[in-house]
Parts: sequence; C-alpha cells; structure tokens
Amino acid sequence: MDKTVKEPLIHITKRRMVSKKREWTVRIVSILLALIVCAIVTAVTTHLNPFAVYASMWNGSFGSERKMWVLAKELAILLMVSVALAPSFKMKFWNLGGEGQVLAGVLATAACMVYLGDKMGNAGMIPLSLISAIALGALWAFVPAFFKAKWNTNETLFTLMMNYVGIQLVAYYIIKWESPKGSGKVGIINQNTQVGWLPSLGGKPYLLIVLVAVLVTVLMYIYLRYTKHGFELSVVGDSQNTAKYVGIKVDRVIMRTLVLTGAICGLTGWLMVAGTDHTITTTLAGGRGFLGVLVAWLAHFNPIGMLLSGFLIVFMSRGASEISTAFGLNKAFGDILTGIILFFVIGSEFFINYQIHFRKSHRKEAADV
Amino acid sequence: MFSLVNFIPRAIVQSIPLLLGCVGETLNEKSGSLNLGIPGVMYVGAISGVIGSFIYENSGSPFNPVIGVLIPLLACLFGSLMMGLIFCFLTVSLRANQNVTGLAMTTFGVGFGNFFGGSIMKLTGSDVPSIALSATSKAFKTGFPTSLQHGAVGQLLLSYGFMTYIAIIIALVTNYILKKTRTGLELRAVGENPATADAAGININRYKYFSVCIGCMIAGLGGLYYVMDYANGVWSNDAFGDRGWIAIALVIFCIWRPNVAILESILFGGLLILYLYLPTGTNFATKELYKMIPYIVTIIVLILISIRNKKDSQPPEALGLPYFREDR
Repeated sequence: MDKTVKEPLIHITKRRMVSKKREWTVRIVSILLALIVCAIVTAVTTHLNPFAVYASMWNGSFGSERKMWVLAKELAILLMVSVALAPSFKMKFWNLGGEGQVLAGVLATAACMVYLGDKMGNAGMIPLSLISAIALGALWAFVPAFFKAKWNTNETLFTLMMNYVGIQLVAYYIIKWESPKGSGKVGIINQNTQVGWLPSLGGKPYLLIVLVAVLVTVLMYIYLRYTKHGFELSVVGDSQNTAKYVGIKVDRVIMRTLVLTGAICGLTGWLMVAGTDHTITTTLAGGRGFLGVLVAWLAHFNPIGMLLSGFLIVFMSRGASEISTAFGLNKAFGDILTGIILFFVIGSEFFINYQIHFRKSHRKEAADV
Repeated sequence: MFSLVNFIPRAIVQSIPLLLGCVGETLNEKSGSLNLGIPGVMYVGAISGVIGSFIYENSGSPFNPVIGVLIPLLACLFGSLMMGLIFCFLTVSLRANQNVTGLAMTTFGVGFGNFFGGSIMKLTGSDVPSIALSATSKAFKTGFPTSLQHGAVGQLLLSYGFMTYIAIIIALVTNYILKKTRTGLELRAVGENPATADAAGININRYKYFSVCIGCMIAGLGGLYYVMDYANGVWSNDAFGDRGWIAIALVIFCIWRPNVAILESILFGGLLILYLYLPTGTNFATKELYKMIPYIVTIIVLILISIRNKKDSQPPEALGLPYFREDR
C-alpha cells in the first residue's frame, strides 16, 4: 500500500465563532475592492478618469441640499421595500413579487385619485387611498402565499408572474386614464385640486416619506426580534418540520407573513403616488422589488443593517445617474456598478464564515498538536 | 385573417429564445444550481454578440457571411461563459446563496446589455444613429433555399434561419446526454444527492462548473438568436423583456426534460404573440389585458402541477443547496 496520502492544496473549514470585528473588516475590504474594480471597469469602458467619476458620483448624492433630499427619499423607498420583503425571506419564502406588490399599491392609490378625485376632499381621500393601497398590495402577496401554503406551489415563479400581471393591469389602466388622449401617459393626477396629495411637512416634500420609512423600519425590527409572530416565522424558515412539531400552524404563518409583506409594499406604492410622483407608470416600482431582496439579504434581514446596504445601493445608483448625465452615457451604467458591488459583497460572506488552510500551515498545525 | 400556417412559424420564431434559455437552465438545475441569473445571462449573450458584429460590420472590411456569423457567435459564447463562471465561482467555490447570486447577475446582466446597447455608438465613436446589423442578421437568417420554403410544409418546417434548427438539435442532444449517457447519470446524481455522488468518486465541483457554464452558453445563444434573427439585428433596450424569466418557468413545466421543452416553448411562443391576433377593434387598452395571457397561463400551470404533485415531476432533490463536504 502506498502510505503517502495526497493532501489537497487548500483545505476549508467552517469558522465556529466569527467576531464582529472580523465580519466588518471583511465586508469593508470587499466593498473597497469592489469600488476599485468599478473604477477600472469605468476607466476601461468609458476612458474617463475614475477619480473624476467618483468625484462626480459623490456630487450626485451630496452635491446640494436638493440632491441630499432625493438621496434620502430614494433610500427611504428602497428601505421600505426591503423591510417589507425581510419577513418573507426570513421565512425562506422566495418572494420575487415585491415589484408587483408595490405596483398594486400604486394602482389602488391612483384609482382612488382618478375616480373619486372630484367627489371627496383630502380628509376622505387620504385614508381611503391608503387603505385600498394596503389592501391591494396585501392581496397581491396573499394569492401566491395561499397556494404555497395549501399545495406548496413554487412561490418564486408565482410571485414573479404576479409582477407581470400587475404591470399589464397598470398598462391597461394607463390607456384608460391617459391624458391627453393618445399620449400613452396619465400625467399628473388632480394637478389643480391636489386631491389625494400628501402634505409636505415643514416645506420639505420628502420629509414625510423619510419619517414613515424610519417608523416602519423600527417597527419591523421590533416585530422580527421581540414578538411571537417574528419568532414563529423564523422557526418556519429554519425548518418547517420543527415548526409543525412545536405546534406552529405553518400555513397560517406563511399567509400572515405575506399579507404583512404585501401591505408594506402597498404602503410604499401609496407613498410614491400620493407623496411624490402623483402619476402612474408601469415602471414606477423601478426594479426595487429585486434590489430590495438583495438589500435585505445582505443585511441578514436585520432592518437596521438594511439601512447600510440600502444606502450603498442608492448611493451607487444616484452616483451612476449623475455620471450618465454628466458624461452623456446610458443610465444603465449604474446597474453594472451595483452588480459588481453585489458580487463582491456576496462573495465576501465566504471569507467571514469559512477559514482556508493552505497545505503548509496545515502541517504546522498538525505538528503543534 | 387568422391562419395557422401564418401563426405557427411566428410562434416558433418566438419560441427559440425561450427554448434555449429553458435548456440552459435545465442543465444548471440538473447539477443542483438554481440559476436565477439566466435573464441576465441572455442579455449578456445578446449584447456580446452585438458588440462583436457591430465592430466587425463597422470595421470597413468587406462583409464575409461566415466570419460575420462566427464573430458574434464566439463573442456571445464568451460573454455567457464569463457569466457562468461568475455564478459558479460565487455559488460553488464560495458557497454563496444561489438565488441572491442569480438576482445580482440579472441586475448586472440587464444593466450590461442596456448600457452597451445604448452607449456603444458613443463609446466606439461611430456616427451611425442606432444599432442595426442588417448584414449580420441576413447571414444569421440563412436557412434552406427559398425554393423549398413554399407551401404549407415549406413554411411550417423549412422557413427558419439555421439557428432555429441548431436550437432544436441542442435540446435533443441535451436530453440524450442527460438520460442515456454515463455523464448524464453522474450529473443527475450530483443534482439529486451530492453527498452520495461524492462518495462514489464523482468530482462534484467539476460537474457543477461544467454544467452551469455550458448551460449559460446555451442560454446566451437564446439572447443572440433574439437580436440577430427575430429582431433583424436591431438592438433596442429592454426589448428582450422578461423572456428569461419565462424560460425559467418553462423548466418546471417541461419537468426538467429538454425534449418536452421544444413543444412547450412553441406553445408559449404562441401565447406571447396571441394578443396580436385577438380582436380588439380600436380599443388599445384591451390589448394590454391580452398581454397578460402568458403569465396567467404560467400561474395556472404552476398551480396545477403543484396540486397533482406527481412523484416524477419533482425538481432535483438538492436544487438550490450548496454542497460542502464537511457540512454534515
């Protein structure tokens, strides 16, 4: 028998304890590396000076008070969507339907404003549109949850298809409501009467949205961490069998959690129509349903952490939209940079959770023992 | 007026991107990798081919159809291979979550396609107003001689560009390899139960890398077909739309069998363009509702499959799970 055992060059083990310090060092290093790669990609594809690009990205986010408010608004909306999606993903329900659930809220709000705009004042309109947006958003999430709970229907594709159903429904109503006729756009709804528009607090149009987002984030943190519901859904996420064994009604938890997710998405849609955009388009959700998943996942479903990961993504996309206007490039450049950063951060998890031993160091360890 | 001889060829042309995406994703899933990045891969495949042929068509040298086809084809395969490698490196070597990696790849890939699709004229400093690769597209549409394309049979079977036939051959060959060869058996073992496969001496990581990369290259061809054949070489941003997602859904409907996928993608290709044939009169709004049909049908089929819950229509058992030998 051949006694020399062939030892692999690298040997990987799981770390038992990961210190917070190590976790953050790895993350920050990975983001820095990602920014360097982004700079190289930018320089190679566009022949621009990467420092100039980053300077103008910084300027795009923090250049003026207005830009900072836009950044805050974008972050607030993305954060709301991520916070909404967090409980479903913590339950391992792969809800890719955030897009459609937000659009459902958008559609309900716009419908109230269009059909009842001349029949009631703001006192009736604002609560009515809020309730209908939350209800329709919740319904959009409940349908796939129901089938998942009853028959274990594939939720990833179901929620995804609900997005397109939602988009087509919005497209249908846009043509019905278009003004002027034939433009293919709805335009600003109730421009003269401003019925259904949210008031701007202290002259700052986006302040209300930011406050609502902060409130929802804090409430979700408490819900996930300190309530029975939050505990139950994390048990369902870890093991459905364990959940059944301890007497948790799994199907009820699934439906309840998704109704919550859909309701917050609907609320987000309401804020977008009633609070900022005052119109409806099929692209109003703007990919946030997908980005929200990534934001939530990167933060390990911790609502406070989502603030950081959300900020990173919003900063990149605001910055990229600034460079695309400043240097005359296509807006999609931001998605490329976001993608690169995501790859690095996703990859960095490995270096947090696993340890690599090279052949040499492994032998030394053996000698020490 | 509606005629099947007119409708079916259009449905088939629509179906080929779906078919290639579906076959690529099936190959991914058979190795246990649920790759939600396929929509992004198809965008990258398409735009890589477009960039290749754009540079060739505008290089000033006389257009040679063979080179004109080979350059975009190789560029497309290269671009999709890179995407496949990113996915493998992150999910297989670094054991990242497959769904999240896939979503990031879709964000990246769609952005990549739209960015270069919108900016290549400016980046290369050329003065053409838009990407219209008519010479390349014409080369891609070569098929049977026109004399054979008359009559119902000719129109239904012989009127397509060569990639249509290649796509169907790819589907059949993939099916054969998965079902009848030792490689296919071992690949399925990796997707069903990697620990057992590992114990049997199968190199898990190599199988995963190869099947994901080849799968991504097949899917990328679907994107290339869409631009070069279906869209006549004209790139417009976001035109490819959600076909990548439908392709992923088709994998479930064809119960992970590429040969079933052929007929099924033709059916879905038909559903995608059905709204053009349904009477709406002057009411454009109703047309938007008709466009829902493919998605509603997808949902209904998903529900029916889950209610029937048959044993042989289950996904590979280890689908979506990373494999770590020491993790037991």
